[in-house]
Formats: sequence, structure tokens, C-alpha cells
Amino acid sequence: MLLSGYDPVVYSRILTSLTLAFHIIFATIGVGVPLMIALAEWIGLKRNDEHYLLMARRWARGFVITVAVGVVTGTAIGLQLSLLWPSFMRVAGQSIALPLFMETFAFFFEAIFLGIYLYTWDRFRSRMVHFWLLIPVVIGSSASAFFITVVNAFMNAPAGVTVKDGKIIDISPFGAMLSPAMPTKVSHVLITAYATCAFVLAAISAWSLLKGRQHVYYKKALKLTMVSAFVFLIGSAIIGDLSGKYLANYQPEKLAAMEWHFETSKQAPLVLGGVLTKDNEIKYGLTIPYALSILAHGTPNAEVTGLNDIPADEHPPLWIHYLFDMKMALVALMTLISSVFMLVLWRKRSLAYTSKWLLRAVILAAPVAMLTIEHGWIFSEVGRQPWILHGIMKTSEGATASGHVDTMLVVFALLYLVLGVTAVRVLIKMFSSNRAEDEIKARGIEGGEEQ
Amino acid sequence: MSYEVLGITVLWVFLFGYLIVASIDFGAGFFSYYSTITGKRHLIHNIIERYLSPVWEVTNVFLVFFFVGIVGFFPDTAYYYGTALLVPGSVAVVLLAIRGSYYAFNAYGSKKNNSIYILLYGASGLLIPASLSTVMTISEGGYIDVDPAGKVTFLYAKLFTSTYSWSVVLLALVSVLYISAMFLSYYAKRANDRSAFEVVRRYALAWSAPTILSSLLVFFAIRGHNAEHFAKLQSHAWMFVASFACFLMAVYLVWTRKRLGLAFIFVMLQFGFAFFGYGAAHLPYILYPYLTIHDNFTSQPMAIALISVFILGLLLLIPSLYLLMRLFLFDAKYVQGKRAK
Repeated sequence: MLLSGYDPVVYSRILTSLTLAFHIIFATIGVGVPLMIALAEWIGLKRNDEHYLLMARRWARGFVITVAVGVVTGTAIGLQLSLLWPSFMRVAGQSIALPLFMETFAFFFEAIFLGIYLYTWDRFRSRMVHFWLLIPVVIGSSASAFFITVVNAFMNAPAGVTVKDGKIIDISPFGAMLSPAMPTKVSHVLITAYATCAFVLAAISAWSLLKGRQHVYYKKALKLTMVSAFVFLIGSAIIGDLSGKYLANYQPEKLAAMEWHFETSKQAPLVLGGVLTKDNEIKYGLTIPYALSILAHGTPNAEVTGLNDIPADEHPPLWIHYLFDMKMALVALMTLISSVFMLVLWRKRSLAYTSKWLLRAVILAAPVAMLTIEHGWIFSEVGRQPWILHGIMKTSEGATASGHVDTMLVVFALLYLVLGVTAVRVLIKMFSSNRAEDEIKARGIEGGEEQ
Repeated sequence: MSYEVLGITVLWVFLFGYLIVASIDFGAGFFSYYSTITGKRHLIHNIIERYLSPVWEVTNVFLVFFFVGIVGFFPDTAYYYGTALLVPGSVAVVLLAIRGSYYAFNAYGSKKNNSIYILLYGASGLLIPASLSTVMTISEGGYIDVDPAGKVTFLYAKLFTSTYSWSVVLLALVSVLYISAMFLSYYAKRANDRSAFEVVRRYALAWSAPTILSSLLVFFAIRGHNAEHFAKLQSHAWMFVASFACFLMAVYLVWTRKRLGLAFIFVMLQFGFAFFGYGAAHLPYILYPYLTIHDNFTSQPMAIALISVFILGLLLLIPSLYLLMRLFLFDAKYVQGKRAK
């Protein structure tokens, strides 16, 4: 045993979070990169520019490695749901089997066409045929993110079910998919995945430019990815605001805990930073008057529910405030970097590809974006504790009672460590031994028009 | 047909699909490794890679489909199997993870073949059928204990000392190698790759007798373990006779080097008859004697929704799978390696 007492609930929670934290890195890449590949291939075909086609090809090559890890860790979490949370899955099987089932179909569809896409680059007379093969991959990957987030939305705000004495008695399968949390969650997950992948791909080209490799290929790649990242970032900001308004209406305890809002009041202020004392006093925080009311309901005079009106055993942990503040700081950093890049690109284009500081900032934005994804999920998941099914089932009731969860935790931690390290090594080797400019030369590609 | 039977049939079909495609995949991985250490890799490597590369991802989905589907239709399975299978299930997941990712690392990542990657990939391929077959074993009952409060305990000692469980593991291992070699014979013949064909044909013939012997062993073991099931198996005896006839046909065709495609269809029929005969005799139990398909079946609207989505899904999947097969299995130029990637 690792700790003094063996508690399967605690270990199940740690193991599930570990698997998900590792999986979402690859899942996010799996959702966003196909879209970027499609964009590059589309531009390449439309402009008849071989550089963009090569870009699609190189991204696809690296993508396969991440897909492999994504698929196997996705299988892991799929099975772990039943292995670690058998009582929860008994209930989930009744209520949300449908989106889980549809997710598998989407995954199936994506898997088939990804296999075809990767092996038919030069197989069709019309290159558009090959491009169209990518559309099912993009649809499949986004649809599986859609459906699995629908499941998560149900856990946050169950809908389409009648609950009596804490038991689900009547289910409408499609109604359960239309949880009030669904629209904001799904759109937020999708668009932030797109933004993150754009940043990750941008960092790769920025890295090459910073190393002094001035081929026009990297400039085209950097411009495409950074413009996409900027657009997706604006989208996520709008959806993020809608998510706040959703919380105020449906999960007020989460909003109250994340903003340390104790007394229900009108004209509620927003607290940035600060520390909480033992008697729930906020010290050193920066208070912005009215901001919470505006965030929650769109008007400064709106009433915001405070934690004191919520039973104490249903309070989420109060440290999610720090998580939320950190998340906002990370978002601010990304926004700053991409806005500055856009500004430079617009006013003084050549500087965008040569300024060392700007390129370094672009590289920094990639880990920041991935960190924000992790952060957002931890915040969202911890914020709905103690519930596994909001208002229906508490997390402690859903976990397995089986022994050996602690041993399994060690086994899986080792597995993810090995997989993570090898995947990164393989990816680095794959691209450092075959640089874009070498491949351009080897393939005899003429330079497309100068950007 | 009631929704329950329809549901379990759908799932059983997917499990059968997984059995076939995964066996080809697992066996191919092992042969690929085995041929490396015996110095025959150059003979069969190309054939194996050309088949596996576009399909390895699809294989996994059949399994995911099955376990997501069974929890959807029969939510109680999550409770019983989930609690009991924590360790064997996690072992299977770890092996699947190592196998899937190291395949990709080797096939797409490294220019030269990395021998550690091949070892991890090949060896895990044989251990996975063994760990997955535990599920089949415990479904016969006798390996888990449920106390009156509903708490499930898995009896490891019983599983490890039981003749029945070891005979199932043996059957799983042997049939993986047999199915895979039979398929690769067909694929190599189509590719006009004579030397590869001779290698995999020998594998196929070598594993045919052990396959039948271990199937008989499972029959005898089940008789001692679960007499009720054994009696039901006898009432489906014709299916097992048909299975044996298909086996003879398949081996005869491979022996005479004729019509290898038909031979593989006979292999599928052989396992189809045996698998569905076994499944039919197992009904109505999902987990003997605690869980039948009628206990806590999902609500009627959910069952209808799942089946409708399933049919719609098939309308999407069948043409896509057909396209995949046409491009990589039935396209002679691709199989012979004459097409550029």
C-alpha cells in the first residue's frame, strides 16, 4: 500500500485523473490537427502551392504517432470507467449509453478514413479525391469529442431523466443528450482544441525559424497556424463568457466556489487573486465591483447565489478559485502573444518571421495552450465535486470497492511515462532527421509563390 | 426476437468481428517478431506491413464497440464484470496500449526497424488474447463470489488453478496463430509472393491440429466446470459438427494450395459456427448464475434508441469498410506493392 489506509475511492479518483490528464493531450491533438491538415491541403490545392501540400503531409505523418497514443489511452479510459466506477456505469448505462455508443461510431468512422487517407496520397488521378477523404476524419474526430462531451455535460447537469429518491426512474435517451451544460461545454471543448493545435503547430515552425532555417515553407506554416489560432481564440473567449452565464443558472455552487462568493447578493464583485483565511475571509485580492454580476447574468444589478445558501456537504473545494485565476492568466498570455503577432504581421510582416522575441513567445504559447486545456478540465471536474452525477450520485458512491486500485495506479503511471517519453522521442527523431527543406529538395518541389 | 436477444446478438456479432480481425493482427505481430529472430523477416515482413498499416486502428474499435455496447444494453454487466475484472482488465489495457503504440512507433516513426519495439509489439500480441479470454472464463461462473450485500469478489486462486481457465487460454493462443496464418496465406498468395506464401502456409498447417485439439479440451473442461452449460452445448451439437467440417475444408484447401480466399471463408465459418454455438448455449446467462440478459435490461426507449443508432451507424460503416477493403485488401496492385503510398 502506498498510503497508510487503502481507500479505493481516492485511488480511483487519482487513477482516473491521471489517465484523463494524459489522454486529453493526445485527444486534443486528435480533434484539432485534422482540421489544420485539411486547411493546409485545401489551400495547397486551391493555390496549387506544393508547400502547403507538403505541410499537410508532414503534419499527417506526425499526427499518426499521436493518434496511436490517443487511441490506446482512449481505450484505457473507456474500460477504466467500468473497472473503477462500476456502480456509476450501472446508472450511466441506463441514462447516457446513447452518446457513448455514438462516440464509438464517430471513432470508427474516423479510424477507417484516416487509414485510407494516409495510404492514398498518390493514388487518385484527381487530388481533390484525396482531400475529400479527410473530411470524414475531421467530422469523425470532432463528432467523437462532441459525443463524449455530451456525456460529461450530463454528469454536470443531468437532463431528460426523472429522479425519485436519488434513483433515475424514467429516461428519454435523446433528452439526456440535451443537457443545459451541453451547448457551452461542447463548443468550448471543440474550439479550444482547434486553438491549441494551431498554437502547437505554430510553435514547430517558429522553432525552425528561430534556428535560422529561413525557408519560405516555415513562414507559410507560421502564418497559417497563427492566423487560425487567433480566430479560434476569439471564438473561445465568446464561448467562455457564455459558460460563466450557464454556471450561474445551473451550477451556482461551482461559480460561487470559484469566485469565493459567500453571501447571495446583487451587484456582486469579482475577486482576482487573493488568499482565503480559515474563517473564509479574502485577503490581498483585487476586487472588481459589479463584475461577477455582469459575468453571471450580463447586468450589474443581477443577484448571484452565494455559497452560504448551499448545503455544506455539497460545496466544491474552495481552492478551485486559484485554478480559475491561473487559467485566466494563461488565457491572457495566449491572447497577448497572438494579438501581438497579428499586429506585427499586419504592420511589419518581415519582423513577424525574424524577431527572436516574437518567435520565442510563439513557442511559449504552445505549452501554455496545452496547460490551459489541462487546467480547464481540472477546474471543471473538481468544481463539480462532491457529485459524480450532479444531484443524483456522489462520487464516493460510484467507485469500485475492489482491492488493488493502488497497484494499478502505479502500473498505469509507469505506462504513461514510458508511452509519453517514447512518443516525444519518436516525433523529434522523425522530423529532425527529415527536415522540410530537405524533403522539398528530395521531392523536387518548386517553390510556390512567395508569401 | 425480443430486444434483449437482439441486443446480445448485435454485441456478439461485434465480438466475433473483433475475434477475427484481432486474431489476424495479433498473430501477424507475433509472426513478424518470430520471423525476425529466425532470420526470415525479409520474406514475410512486407506482406504483413502492407496489410496491417491501414487497418490497425480499426481493429481496436471493434473491442471498444463491444464493451461500450454491453454496458449500454446491460448496465449490470458494468457492476459485476467491472468490479471483478479490475486486475485482468487493467493488464489487458496495458498490453493493448503497449502493442498499439509501439506498432505505430515502429511502422511510422523509425526508419529502421527497432528491435525493442518489435519485441514489445510481438510479445504483447500473444499475451492479450490470454488476458482477454479471462472474461470468457469468468462468464461461466465459479470464479467470483457475490455476498448477500451485493459485494463482488474475484477469486484469483480459483482462476489460476482451474483446468477450464487454462484450456480457454490455450485455445485463445492457438487460434490466434491459426487464424492469422490462414489469412496471411491468402494475402501472400494474392500478392504473388511465393516465398512468403510458403512460410506462412507452413505456420497455418502447423497450428491447425493444436487448434482442434484445444477446442476439444475446452469441451471436456466445460463439462467438469459447468454441467448445465455442457448439456446446452450438446443440444447445439450440429453447429460444432458444421464448424469441424469447415475446418477440414479450410485445411484441405491450404494443403493443396488452392483457392485460398475460399479457405479463409471456411476459417471464418469454422469459428463462426463454434462461437455462435457457444454463445447460444450460454444464453440466457451473461454471467452464470448471477446475471441473465433479462436482469436489469436497459429501459425500452433506450433499447430502441440504441438499436436505431446502431442501424444508422451500420449504414455509414458498411460502405466505409467496403471502401477500405477494396483499396487495401482486394486491390491486387496495392497488395503486390505496386502502388505508391
